[in-house]
Amino acid sequence: MMRLEPRLRVPPALILTAPIVSVAVTLVLCAALIVWADAPVGRAYLLLFDGAFGSRFAITETLTRATPLILTGLAAAVAFRAHFYNIGAEGQLYLGALAAVAIGTSGISAPPVVLFPLMIVAGMAAGAALLLVPALAKTRLGVDEVVTTLLLNFVALLFVSLMLDGPMKDPTAMGWPQSLTLPEELEFGKLLERSRVHSGLIIAIVLAVALWIVNARTTFGYEMRAVGANAKAARFAGISVNTAMLKTALLSGALAGLAGVGEVAGRAGYLTLDMSPGYGYSGIVIAMLAGLNPLGVVLAAIFVAGVIVGADSMSRAVGVPTYLADVIVAVSLLSMLVATMLARYKVRWS
Amino acid sequence: MQPPVLRLSGITKRFGALVANDDISLDLARGEVLGLLGENGAGKSTLVSILFGHYVADAGSIEVFGKPLPPGQPKAALASGIGMVHQHFTLADNLSVLDNVLIGTEALWSPRSHRREARERLLSTSKQFGLTVDPDARIASLSVGERQRVEILKALYRGARILILDEPTAVLTPQESEALFETLRTLIADGLSIIFISHKLDEVLAVSARVAVLRQGKLVALRDAGALNKAELAELMVGRRVDAPVREPAAAYSTSDTLLSVSELAAGDKLQHASFDVRRGEIFGIAGVSGNGQAQLADALCGLLSAAHGEIRIDGRTVSAAPRAFIAASVARVPEDRGAVGVIGDLPIWENAISEHYREPAFSRLGWLRRGAAKAEARRIVERFDVRSSSLDAPTRSMSGGNIQKLILGRALLNQPAVVVANQPTWGLDVGAVAYIHTQLLAARDRGAAVVLISEDLDELFAIADRIAVMFHGYLSEARRDWTLAEIGLAMAGSRQ
Repeated sequence: MMRLEPRLRVPPALILTAPIVSVAVTLVLCAALIVWADAPVGRAYLLLFDGAFGSRFAITETLTRATPLILTGLAAAVAFRAHFYNIGAEGQLYLGALAAVAIGTSGISAPPVVLFPLMIVAGMAAGAALLLVPALAKTRLGVDEVVTTLLLNFVALLFVSLMLDGPMKDPTAMGWPQSLTLPEELEFGKLLERSRVHSGLIIAIVLAVALWIVNARTTFGYEMRAVGANAKAARFAGISVNTAMLKTALLSGALAGLAGVGEVAGRAGYLTLDMSPGYGYSGIVIAMLAGLNPLGVVLAAIFVAGVIVGADSMSRAVGVPTYLADVIVAVSLLSMLVATMLARYKVRWS
Repeated sequence: MQPPVLRLSGITKRFGALVANDDISLDLARGEVLGLLGENGAGKSTLVSILFGHYVADAGSIEVFGKPLPPGQPKAALASGIGMVHQHFTLADNLSVLDNVLIGTEALWSPRSHRREARERLLSTSKQFGLTVDPDARIASLSVGERQRVEILKALYRGARILILDEPTAVLTPQESEALFETLRTLIADGLSIIFISHKLDEVLAVSARVAVLRQGKLVALRDAGALNKAELAELMVGRRVDAPVREPAAAYSTSDTLLSVSELAAGDKLQHASFDVRRGEIFGIAGVSGNGQAQLADALCGLLSAAHGEIRIDGRTVSAAPRAFIAASVARVPEDRGAVGVIGDLPIWENAISEHYREPAFSRLGWLRRGAAKAEARRIVERFDVRSSSLDAPTRSMSGGNIQKLILGRALLNQPAVVVANQPTWGLDVGAVAYIHTQLLAARDRGAAVVLISEDLDELFAIADRIAVMFHGYLSEARRDWTLAEIGLAMAGSRQ
């Protein structure tokens, strides 16, 4: 019979190798699907890698995709660390984008120096505001936040749809539900010529480093970790569990809202309902792959973005459906979960 | 000489580097009570789990009534006549006694219930052994002693001829314990054999014919109970001489020096009414059978539970119901569940050392943790209070229960608190750690602190408390200095003279 025994101390080397091993396992498992699609495994993976990192264009596309994923990954990582399960980053992202567009296209006559930060703050505030309700419901009434945040995604998306088909619709868009385009001076600057990489990437990476420092070095980070690891003991020690959880939730919602701001102001220029191919949900996967470590989130987001971008070019060349990208991301999450468990427990056979 | 009913030969079980059971050989005769003694972690539970088929031994074999017992099969253990009465009862509160006894004995798919015959059999079993219970009573309405009787009946109903009792007196009043021992005598007179697991030396000596002592997985002694005394037994169990701390009479603080004053406190659904004053330089003991409102009183005294009625005053000032308010009022708090409430197990030791004070300027500046100062504080606690750990950065849960308790105690006592509230501070600790914690509580008292000691262990209260009050059904009795064991037992069972 198989038994799992908890390790008293998990060796750091094991924690670091877990993601590498799980990615390797994922590639082996997904090879079966490539064989099934009648494609050569080696060439398919080579094309996937090439499409993700093989050229200047590939790398910039991957980094462009990674930008919102880092932010939603951070949103999930921060909240999950405090045991607040925010599944609603997708909705918060859209509301953040909507608020940014609302400010940016409102025609307020203010210089860009004022309007640009106002747009960012509005987006973050909108994301945080959407998470305020589930956070209060959880801390005051004990309502499960997984259910409320998940369902609010649909509310948020329908609200965005309502706005895009109504008051915020671009009259020149030939009937398509899309918003007005942001004025050029409110757009995030491009980092490189002839690419779509924008300064949102820098913001995301700086935030990841900042969060890592906050986690380890500040009293707020200490409270978040204490509440997440053991809320009962945190309360006994005099930490206000509800306040810490509320602050964490607002931070998480703001990060997801910022991801939405970056997508409209950095990449698309205007808001449509198909702007995010599930960045909010992918953020959860990324946070788990990163073991909730903010720095790990950056790497995990680049990995997931690479798989998505690379799968496109692989699909064109050898005819494996792009759905393989979703399968790879999903399988890597599952193997990461198994790997984390195996890192924390020893398997014994008796 | 009859053949033994149970024979363990060479039982060995390893968990990684830890040898939980090291070549243990024992036998149990018909009609015998064997006391199984050992500290926490000595290997008692492992041995019983192997016997019951929950674990498979790495080496060794078990024979029951002359037949080998297949390893790792709880069903086979039950069928061979081994019955177990757990310390934490395994009864369904919302079902009747009869239902609880029947659970698991009837075939899942059988269309016919055998309740009538079962009832007859239960009644005759209960009559045969003098274990009277009403088969139709709901478990929730029974006292702890009665529930234990149901557990024993359940085992007997299933045909147990060998009973294993795990810490059976931990939840009983002295009188209920006496009644249990009477029952055990009836059972062995009928030819049953009993393994009695305990860490209370007096009881083991009183009921057992022979005593087996485990220490660090090894069987260090197997002797007739008549040839042993308490001191020898303690030394065998711990492996060295243990000197209990000596309690000097309370220093002469004036009686007007009331430091902690609790008046007409009611809180939660269990605490109905508690009033008491604790003076400077006094240990105030609170006795009672578990579940009579002590947990709620302790929570209220730690700031976790707000009072529905009444108030808590420290040095004359009312303290509001918040952990921070109690910390600020210089109350040192030692919670009952040290692993789940006292510390955050996943965080490193140094972060737990400052968990009550991290907001103070000594440990944080403008929202930044002063890690150097925090680690220095942790080092002070670890050195002063003899906390053994590999490093301050190790996760706190990697330490033993005794060391976790010393960390909590050290964190609480380092700053010379005015009031100490300790709930079951020595529960489940080994003899050495118990003596250490008693010494520290006595030292706090001698320094002038008002100490509240809530405990279910009467020996502990008699050893170090100056006055003792008894909780029953949420009410606190008057505090007395001169309880006899019989009197306090009656008070714990709710009788008032």
